[in-house]
Amino acid sequence: MNILVCLKQILDPELPVRDFRIDSAGRDADRRGAGLVMNIFCANALETALQFREKHGGKITAIAFGSASAEEMLRKALALRVDTAVLVKHEFAHRPNPLAVARVLAASARKLGDFDLVLTGRESGDWGDGQTGGLLAEELGRPCLSFVDGIKADPSQPTDVQIRRQTDEGSDAIEASVPLVLTITNNEHNVPRIAKTRDVMQAFKQPLTQWSLSDLGLDESSLADELSSTEIIELTIPTKQTKCEFITGDSLDERIEGLAKRIVAVVQS
Amino acid sequence: MGSVVSCLFGWNPIDRAALGVLGAGQRLAKQCSVEHVVVIVGGASETSVADASKFADVVHVAEHPLLASYHSETTLTALTQIGRSLKPQAVLLGNEIYCQELVPRLAHRLGGTPGGDALSLNAEEGSVVITRTVYGGKALAAIALRRSPAVVWVRSRAQELPQPMSQNAEVKRWPLDLEPCSKVKLIDRHVEVQEASRLEDARVIVSGGRGLGGPEPFTHLQALASAIGGQMAASRAACDAGWVPPGWQVGQTGKKVSPQLYLAVAISGASQHIMGIADAKTIVAINTDPDAPIFQHCQFGLVGDYRQVVGPLRDKLVELLA
Repeated sequence: MNILVCLKQILDPELPVRDFRIDSAGRDADRRGAGLVMNIFCANALETALQFREKHGGKITAIAFGSASAEEMLRKALALRVDTAVLVKHEFAHRPNPLAVARVLAASARKLGDFDLVLTGRESGDWGDGQTGGLLAEELGRPCLSFVDGIKADPSQPTDVQIRRQTDEGSDAIEASVPLVLTITNNEHNVPRIAKTRDVMQAFKQPLTQWSLSDLGLDESSLADELSSTEIIELTIPTKQTKCEFITGDSLDERIEGLAKRIVAVVQS
Repeated sequence: MGSVVSCLFGWNPIDRAALGVLGAGQRLAKQCSVEHVVVIVGGASETSVADASKFADVVHVAEHPLLASYHSETTLTALTQIGRSLKPQAVLLGNEIYCQELVPRLAHRLGGTPGGDALSLNAEEGSVVITRTVYGGKALAAIALRRSPAVVWVRSRAQELPQPMSQNAEVKRWPLDLEPCSKVKLIDRHVEVQEASRLEDARVIVSGGRGLGGPEPFTHLQALASAIGGQMAASRAACDAGWVPPGWQVGQTGKKVSPQLYLAVAISGASQHIMGIADAKTIVAINTDPDAPIFQHCQFGLVGDYRQVVGPLRDKLVELLA
């Protein structure tokens, strides 16, 4: 099967709270000086695609829509042995919303050819909208399942996949026909692998397709309807901090007793 | 004349989460001076319909044999038909995974703007403005959804309850035109947690993190939780490691909980975790590191090794609660 994995580069979520800044426009995080990483659910999606290819064959294309810095992330995907990597590069004044991103990704997917599976992360660790996958499915006119944590195929049914998706109560087992859009969540089976050093070196020599919006027949004005549909009115860093009462006592037993009394008071309130 | 539509599912009871959606919908409708319309998709019980009708101007019950339970494509088709006909300013859903799945697709089909994880919703200058935490809880954003309708899933249990209306809503049946979907077939629905034990509704939660080092210490935490009638939860690190089921995960990418007591054991307290417990009334932490960020968010803290604390703490609690 042909798989398209959509990857997003985000501000490193491990950035400590004290180093987190808002940009001068007050509309997004300040990326200067902060590390950029592949969004974790995108890494889970990529790992899911790699495992699927190992079992069932096929080709993986990794795509990112973002600024020039996203090339580094796509090199990492190449180091993990994706077959093709594509960067759709555009520097926006403000972060494009998921509606705009989905339209660009859909145009890219159509230009690249037919994909049986299009994978995205379930949400991103920056704005966390969790919408790109669903919107992309609508742009492409395909069914969509989200919070997927397992994909299997049966060679006797080449157009079907067996999907496990998480639900609030447990999980659903679903049989679906390709083409499909799936948003991937994490579980213990899709922890991202580490690239081999040799593959990392190789990745820098491999071709990486770079497109601009105009290569897709798009520009900012043709995306204006999407781009203007949301507006960040305000972005603030919450300052609320609770004063913690550390339980004191001469011995650990005494402190444990002190804690137990407070817990009982809360539980019985 | 538009409306604000609160969307509920017939297969769920009118619980705290559903009431939160109704509360948010009712308040937004009032701000917009439009009708609050409740749509119950799937076979709703008489009790559910009666409960919902206290808080709405109109209740539409959209029943169909294909909507006996959730199906991604069929449920979406049903909501699209209803949305296109009602032409609302806003459509609100709860924060179930199914709702999160539906929102972007429904917004796209209705030509509107999707929004998620809304803590609050307000009508400002003709747009719905939502507030939500972003960057793993490091920042709070107010976002205007300019293209109508706003299709939003709300942090339902964090919403204030709805107020009874002066008279009960008119209840109507909504005729749906649905066909079975051959492309997506549900083979099995595996239920791990019963409704009664949903983490989001738990009053007391005991949660373990990376510092526990493996699955075995969770059995000791379980004993502690049992002593105080608590439910078990975990940080993402513990779930990712496979020590406990993914359904236990609390945080940005897990459950958002609002218990009376949240006892965090060996959890450092990254902002992504704090995001899931922001609505907890009292947070208590046990951690070896006095500088762990979790202590900046809790009311009571004990600096110590869980191995020396959890067992004796459980015994003490049993003694005090006897």
